[in-house]
Amino acid sequence: MDILITGLLLGGTYALIAMGLNLQYGMSRIMNLANGEILVAGGFAAFWFWTAGALSPLLTIFILAPVAFGLNWLIYIIVLRPLVRRAKSRGQLEVDSILTTFGLSFVAVGLMLATFGGDYFSYSYMLTPVEIWGQTYAVNRILAFIAAVVICGVLYLWLNRSRAGMSIRAIAVSPDSSRLVGIDVPRLAALAFALGGAITAVGGALVSTFLTLDASTGVIFTLKALVIVIMGGVGDVRGTIVAALLLGVLETFVARVIDPGLTLAAAYLLFILILLFRPQGLFGRRQS
Amino acid sequence: MNKRLFLKLSASAALALAIGSTQAAETLKIGAVAPKTGGLAGGAVVSFWPNVKLWAHDVNSRGGLDVGGTRYMVEIIEYDDQTNPGETIKAVQRLATQDKADFILAPYATGLNIAAAPVFARYGYPMITHTAISDQVEELSSKFPNMYFTLGGASGLAEGVAEVLAAMKAAGDIGNRVAMVNVADAFGIELAERAAPALQSAGFDIVYQTSYPLGTQDLSPVVKGAKEANPDAFVAFSYPPDTFGLTKQAVVEDLNVKAFYTAVATAFPAYAGANGAAANNVLGAGGVNADDPSFQAYMKRHEEVTGEKPDFWASGMVYASFQILEQAIEATDSIDRKVVSEYIAKNDFDTLMGKISWDENNNNSAYWTVGQWQDGVFKGVASTGREGAVAPRLKQGWE
Repeated sequence: MDILITGLLLGGTYALIAMGLNLQYGMSRIMNLANGEILVAGGFAAFWFWTAGALSPLLTIFILAPVAFGLNWLIYIIVLRPLVRRAKSRGQLEVDSILTTFGLSFVAVGLMLATFGGDYFSYSYMLTPVEIWGQTYAVNRILAFIAAVVICGVLYLWLNRSRAGMSIRAIAVSPDSSRLVGIDVPRLAALAFALGGAITAVGGALVSTFLTLDASTGVIFTLKALVIVIMGGVGDVRGTIVAALLLGVLETFVARVIDPGLTLAAAYLLFILILLFRPQGLFGRRQS
Repeated sequence: MNKRLFLKLSASAALALAIGSTQAAETLKIGAVAPKTGGLAGGAVVSFWPNVKLWAHDVNSRGGLDVGGTRYMVEIIEYDDQTNPGETIKAVQRLATQDKADFILAPYATGLNIAAAPVFARYGYPMITHTAISDQVEELSSKFPNMYFTLGGASGLAEGVAEVLAAMKAAGDIGNRVAMVNVADAFGIELAERAAPALQSAGFDIVYQTSYPLGTQDLSPVVKGAKEANPDAFVAFSYPPDTFGLTKQAVVEDLNVKAFYTAVATAFPAYAGANGAAANNVLGAGGVNADDPSFQAYMKRHEEVTGEKPDFWASGMVYASFQILEQAIEATDSIDRKVVSEYIAKNDFDTLMGKISWDENNNNSAYWTVGQWQDGVFKGVASTGREGAVAPRLKQGWE
């Protein structure tokens, strides 16, 4: 039971890390390698508001989300839309966007170094234990988990129930045919990208309550997010959630029952197995 | 323009030129290579880069280095090696051949120093390391005679922990149950391998031992496992992110130990900042003689000039290594690398960290091994022969 809860809490963290990338890659077809830097920037913002103004990260996210949304919108319009316009195929867009966002990640690291410095950022927020069935858990992790559930739930409902959400799913499946039925593909792709960025930044603010960040740590999160998105299936919210939780529970199980040294090995073993037997990911659509 | 004004102007221009030429003394090009990005940037930005700035400021604001009556201002040429040994080598090479640096400061951290050592040796630069911790000092110094070590060795650091715990046990303050964990990376593995026999021969029972991968995002299984073993002391040979993570998790789990040790970055000001009162009486790697006036003066200057606080371990040693170079240049009245290197090898140096002297392996054998946060200051509690150690205190809860 303890393993399950700890694992689910960790899985919630992973879902926060990966959800934004899933939107960006799945819906707007941008493999965003600067995803981790957006996350770290969100964490820095939360750190800054907390230390300078004692503003709770739970409130910070309401400021952060619209700011990150606007910023990512601009990034998409200025940097990425030209790539989308000139790309002749999906493959070309992926290669171009990988190269561009890889470059952007360096720019982001440089900007963060210049504004925040390279020091480690860590603060104590809601670092209080709570007891569930005789075991203790940190309140900040539980909060992050609840936030992950809320964000994922709202996102899922929005994508499946609202017109805009369904249109976004349509462009994920087939951008060309979506145009034929009157969907404004460029606008919605930008919307999906910006939304993904906002979710990533909010995720960063939430995980910064228990993880220690510095300007250069973004790449670790990008990698983790990439693994989870590919495992879950590109472009499916459910896949990302299931993959994140699965990874969290597996890592915790291995850490508690076998040895904490083997968590990474177990995670990548799972990744390889999924790639071998279900290359499109758990919920992915087989490409024709 | 009337004549008088013209005269005045030209006179003042001539005067300005004259002052300018005396002030524009010679410059000494000093190379600095260390991470500004990448995995070790978080440490280098605290311990290394501010000291480069501070040292250049200190030297230049008193008119430069005095080399046989000629004043040399120092000019720093900085390179970011991205925590990539290949880049460190390239940058040092570039400093030597393109920038024609007169001296190069040693890079940051063990691996990057070892990577760059052959290049330093090839061009004859003295290499006074400040953040290289290795037990291969003998081998390295025989291969690279210009390489010096100041911060200590892995076995000293690990044995220091055993020594502090043994003293607590001898005083009857703690029992003999120790939980020991380490990050599965070169540094953590090496220290854990040395600490285990040292703890056992000091009569300790290692009731829980494990490692975890670098970058583990949830350390609660590690701390829970340790807690279940019911230890009297918790020892973690950890890296910065997990040093913070383990401490936070120990707070959450209310890990009830009398001695709590985490390794790298425990001495960072950010550690105390992040953990507040919970940091009190936490033991960590390193330490300084925090009551020494010369260290206190350094701390004050560091904060004034760079706007950042130094850490309580490597920062001071980084600056001390620059002091050694500075003293050797001024004492020999030479900027010849060979002459300066010879002087460094043969002499002791008075630095802000106290006296630094070399053993037969160019190693400073008296160094701090364990420190402890005591009321907001991280003080050295154990060393291999330095003065000013304070008595370690017992950890009493996390409030």
